This record gives sequence, C-alpha cells and structure tokens, in this order.
Amino acid sequence: MRHTLAVLVENKYGVLARVSGLFSRRGFNIDSLAVGITEDPTISRMTIIVSGDDHVLEQVMKQLNKLIDVIRVIDLSSEEFVERELALIKVNADANNRAEIIQIVDIFRARIIDVASKSVTIEVTGDIEKIKAIQTLLKPFGIKEMARTGIVALKRGSKSL
Amino acid sequence: MTGKAERMTGARAFVECLYRENVEIIFGYPGGVLLPIYDELYDAHLHHLLVRHEQAAVHAAEGYARATGKVGVCLATSGPGATNLVTGIANAYMDSVPMVAFTGQVPSSMLGNDAFQEADITGITMPITKHNYLVQDVKDLPRIIKEAFHIASTGRPGPVLVDIPKDITTDELDFVYPDTVELRGYKPTFKGNAQQVKRAASVLKGAKRPVIYAGGGVIGSEASKELLAFAEKLKAPVTTTLTGIGGFPNDNELYLGMPGMHGTKYANYAIQESDVLIAVGVRFDDRVTGKTTSFAPNAKIIHIDIDPAEISKIIKVDVPIVGDAKQILGSLIDQVSECDTKDWLDKIATWKRDFPLFYVNRDDVIKPQYILEQINEVCPDAIIVTEVGQHQMWAAQYFKYKEPRTFISSGGLGTMGYGFPAAIGAKLGRPDKIVVDVSGDGSFQMNSQEMATIVQNNIPIIIAIFNNGYLGMVRQWQALFFEHRYSHTTIENSVDFVKLAEAYGAMGIRVTKPSEVKAAIEKAVEFNGPVLIDFIIEREENVSPMVPAGAAINEILDLEDIQ
Ligand SMILES: Cc1ncc(C[n+]2csc(CCOP(=O)(O)OP(=O)(O)O)c2C)c(N)n1
Ligand SMILES: [Mg+2]
Repeated sequence: MRHTLAVLVENKYGVLARVSGLFSRRGFNIDSLAVGITEDPTISRMTIIVSGDDHVLEQVMKQLNKLIDVIRVIDLSSEEFVERELALIKVNADANNRAEIIQIVDIFRARIIDVASKSVTIEVTGDIEKIKAIQTLLKPFGIKEMARTGIVALKRGSKSL
Repeated sequence: MTGKAERMTGARAFVECLYRENVEIIFGYPGGVLLPIYDELYDAHLHHLLVRHEQAAVHAAEGYARATGKVGVCLATSGPGATNLVTGIANAYMDSVPMVAFTGQVPSSMLGNDAFQEADITGITMPITKHNYLVQDVKDLPRIIKEAFHIASTGRPGPVLVDIPKDITTDELDFVYPDTVELRGYKPTFKGNAQQVKRAASVLKGAKRPVIYAGGGVIGSEASKELLAFAEKLKAPVTTTLTGIGGFPNDNELYLGMPGMHGTKYANYAIQESDVLIAVGVRFDDRVTGKTTSFAPNAKIIHIDIDPAEISKIIKVDVPIVGDAKQILGSLIDQVSECDTKDWLDKIATWKRDFPLFYVNRDDVIKPQYILEQINEVCPDAIIVTEVGQHQMWAAQYFKYKEPRTFISSGGLGTMGYGFPAAIGAKLGRPDKIVVDVSGDGSFQMNSQEMATIVQNNIPIIIAIFNNGYLGMVRQWQALFFEHRYSHTTIENSVDFVKLAEAYGAMGIRVTKPSEVKAAIEKAVEFNGPVLIDFIIEREENVSPMVPAGAAINEILDLEDIQ
C-alpha cells in the first residue's frame, strides 16, 4: 500500500541526508520525495511517498520520529488529503503532429511552455495518475526528456497539521 | 550560568561547558586542530586520560559510562583521529550507552576541500549516532554541548558526536551556558501510559507461566530494584540478556540466567513455554530469539521500552508500554498481585536440575569455566569487563553477578578489542572496585597498546587472558559447521604475553595448571596494579549449550557431550 507522509523538519543543513540515509539504511523504499520550506522559515516540509505494509509504515514513522531534527510525522493517507505534482515533459513535435499534442495538453489542462522546431515542452500538474496518463498518451510521439518535482500534499479542509 | 557573560575563546568555552556538565574525566588523544583545546586542558580542573589509540578513548568512555551511569566523554583530532572513533561510537550506539564524542575538524574555511586530515565525520557517523553536530559558529558551541549531553543521556541513551572546526576554538564568544534545552523534535516519553499499564496488569492477572525477559534498558534506567520487587511480587522467573546481566541478582531463586544462543537451557525452555512474557528494556535481538516465528509461541507479550521504534520491530507484541522501565515497573508493581506460579516454578526447578550449565573439569588442563569460578571466589564483587568470543560467553555464564553495572561487554556490535579499554574507563569510574578484563588471546591483541596507558597512569586492572591459541569462537563454528577446517583461526605462539606485560612495565603471570589458578588471581588482586595473567586453557573447549543459527531457542544442544 502507498502512503503519503508529511514530515516537518528543522530547516538545517544535513537534514535531508539524515532522512534519506535512514530510508536507505533500513531498506525502506521511497517512491517520491519533495522538500521545501514552509510558512515558518525555520521549518521545512518533506512529502514522502512510501510503499509497504502496515509494519513497514509503522517502522518508517517511528524511525523518522527518532531523528532529532524531525519535528512531526503525519500519515496523510489515513485521512482525506490533496496531492499534486508538477512535471515538465519534452516531446518530439513537428508541424504534422503539433495540433494533436496541443489537443492532449488541453484535455489535461496542461500548458505548453516552450516550443522548438522539433519539440514542445509541456508543464502538467496533477496527482500521480494524471501524470501517468498524460505520459502514456505522449509516449507515441517520443518523450525526449522528463523532470518531476515529486508529490506535495496537504490535508483537506480548513485544519492544518 | 547567571550573571555577566565572560568573553573567551571557543577552546576555553569548551572546557567551561565540560565543567557545567560535571564531567570529571575525558579520554582523548591530541592532534593539530586540537592544539587550542589541549592548551586549555593543560591546566583545566579535569582529568584527561591520554590513551595510545583513539579507539581506546571511545571504548574507555563507554566503559566509564557503563560502570557509573554517567555520560562518557572522549576527544579525538580530525581525520584519522575521528575515524578511529567510529567502531566505538557504533558500539555505544548498538548498546545504547550515553556518550559525547568530540572531534576536532579542519578550519571552517577549508571544509570540503579535502584539506589535510579532513574527514566528514558527521557524515560518516550519521547512522551510528543518536545525533551529531558540526559547529558552524562559536556562539552556538555552549548550546550544542548542552544539547549533546541532554540527548546522549535522556530517552534511549546513545552517542552524540560534536565536530568542532579549529577556527571555532580560537574565535571568541560571550560565554553563557544555557539552563535549558529547547528541542522541538525531541521529547522522549518518560511516563508509561496509565491505560497500557492497566492492560498489562490485567494480562498478568491470569498468568500461570509468566517469564520476565530483561535487558540493558533495566541497567540504563536504574530499574533493577523495581525489577526485583516486581518479580518477587509476581513470583515470576527472570532471564537477563547479555547487556542486562547484573540487572537481577544471579543468586536469586527466580533467576534463569541468560537466554538465547548460549543461554541456559532452562531460560530458553521457560520462554518457549511461557504464557505471558514481560519484556523489559530489550530489543528481541536475533541472538536471543533464534527463529523469530517460533519464539515464545504461546505467550502474550508485554513490552516495556523507552524507544517506541522497538515496539513490534521484530516480534508483534500484545501490550506495548513506552516509557522509562523504572517508572513503569514501579507503577506496575502496585497493580499486580502474586501469580499462581507454584507448578511453573516447580517445573523450572526440575529443568534447572536436569539441564544445568555444566562443564567437565580436569586437573591436568585449565578449563576456562573454572577460571571464572575462581575469579568469583576471590573477588565476587569485581566488575567483569569482557572482550568478544568464547571467553565472553563463559564470563556471562559462570560468574555470579549481584549488582547492575558489574558486567560490561560489547553486546550488539560484538567488538573484539573493546574490553581492555572499557576496563580502563570502568576502573577510573569506579576506583573502589576490582576490575577484571576477561580477555581472549585474539581480542587482547586488538588494543594491547593500552598497556602503556595503564602503566603510565598506574591503573590497577587485572587482564585475564584466556589463551587458547585460537580465535576460539570462530574456530568453534568451523568445528561445528565447517568440518573442523580451521581456516585462519590459529594464532598460537603469537606473542609471549608475560614478556609483553613486562616490556610495558606491568606484572605478568603465566598459569598453566588448574592448581595455580586461584593463587594467581589472589596475587593479582593483592598487587593492585597493572597486571596480566596469561591462562593457558584447554584449546578446543566449546561454549555450551548452543542454539544453532536459525533454530528455535528450545532446540538447544550440549556441546560438551559431543566433544
Ligand atoms: C573486531 C572484530 N573482528 C572480528 C570479529 C569476529 N570474531 C568474533 S569472536 C572472534 C574470535 C575471538 O578470539 P579470542 O579473542 O581469542 O577469543 P576466544 O573466542 O578464543 O575466547 C572473532 C574473530 C569480531 N567479533 N570483532
Ligand atoms: Mg582465543
């Protein structure tokens, strides 16, 4: 099962290394990791997607909590939450198929942010499924390059962590 | 500190911080980047013990911490000095021993440049420290040291490393030592959840075959009095793990000895047949559990531990109680009453009679178990520190420990070379105690250079070498599982240990006959100085009984019979 964890950490050097080191050392798999500062500049927020059964999840959360620089760990997937990821995708495109690509981009409410003679670069935001779907549809044109931010997530509703 | 802040250098502040933490001794070794700090240590009111290898400094700090319950402190220079600490830090981490390790570092401006004697010691020790710091501003030094001691000694204890670049030691600050620590990410649970304590009490109510499985956490939280009261109130037998030895008086009727691979048969049988297992300050190590799927198959498990991450890590428990063992046992005692364990204790008494720990003594060759019995005779209140190998297991099995902090051994990491330096730390922490390093001929050679340290400082330690001419524990496995093919485990005649002791200016005694064993120990005790006894023992004695790796712990075999 996939879990989306929100991890609030001290915004200090070395914290990312502590967290990623913990995952590799204990053999936990990270599907996605995104990190950035929060409304409080002394705190960074990591969004970590891990797969594993309940036992693995419990260990991941407890081991994270043991790190001194980790302030809080929340399993967002235990409640309603929203998640988004941004991807940039560079696809082969020429005069013949550009229209077709634009159509796909429109359907996904994505945007074309760069056009060249033989390619377009698309910006798309969404959950994992949406990004997977547009990727599948663009694949036949030839994806030259792709970069993703990793997923970020927040709890639904007016409550914060 | 209250009052006006005094202006001083980082090096001076370092020493001031140690004063504030009531550090009485540090174990260290100097080097280029530490010159300003060592200059301050020249006339500091602190005992600094100069070792001969940084590995000894860190093990000595650990031995001191384990013997006293205080935080052990060591100091090493940048680069090779720092990397020489690594094994000892890992050792303290595995056995949850409170320690603060200070390392010098190249100047901040040169960090990351592969400067002379630069090693990324915070990066290297990240997975083996509870926390670590690289000091980036001299103004942070007091706060960081305060935090380091706090983190090392609270919650689940462990080593904390503080890496101090050279410029930090010469920069100046207005020194104020903080009164409190503010760490929003670190709030260890101390008090056990009342509801969980109640649940544990109700599980214990109907228990017919309870067993208490106690570990290093009992020593760490000073809970041995509560453990004894708890066991006696319940009338439940107690087994202590390698790091828990001393946490329960070995002469008590309820004592089962050590569980697991080289535990007693009756401890293992009792665990396997228990209906309630009360695990206190343990982590279900594989050397204890054997095959986890068949460990304590019929037991409801209550697990008391300070570290929530240990709960259900290896084996699913029924009633977890997170918090301090002393506090939790204390409140549990009030809620339980005597269990009806008469039949159970009778059964255990039968096991004890039918399957005792035993060895076949001889009068022509010295049996290692016999030496331990004789040490027990001559100095029953000694602190026994061990190296790693067969002699370590015999020391765990055949000496009768009565108090906590009298058995000091490398458990989780199993570090050869640990015992001798740890014995130095233990002796300096407990000068009133006789300290014996139960050593192997292999292990001793890993830190034998510390003979110079104990001679120079006249530290009375009895080094008892169990000389079998083998890396015995490995040889035992080769004998059992590799058709006696003793590949690279023969170390006979590697050195004349008596002459080695004498070369350093220590006393050396060689003992080849069982009849001389006791007199030699008495002589060493009387000498009250650095002394090494070279006991030439039965070469191929095996540690018995033994649970083969991967087997259930009740599948425990006598190896004496096989021999
Ligand atoms: C640093 C280190 N290296 C290797 C080992 C593996 N090992 C475990 S016991 C042992 C043999 C120890 O020999 P000795 O000290 O003579 O003790 P004995 O078993 O003979 O009593 C070895 C090599 C270890 N535990 N630690
Ligand atoms: Mg040996």
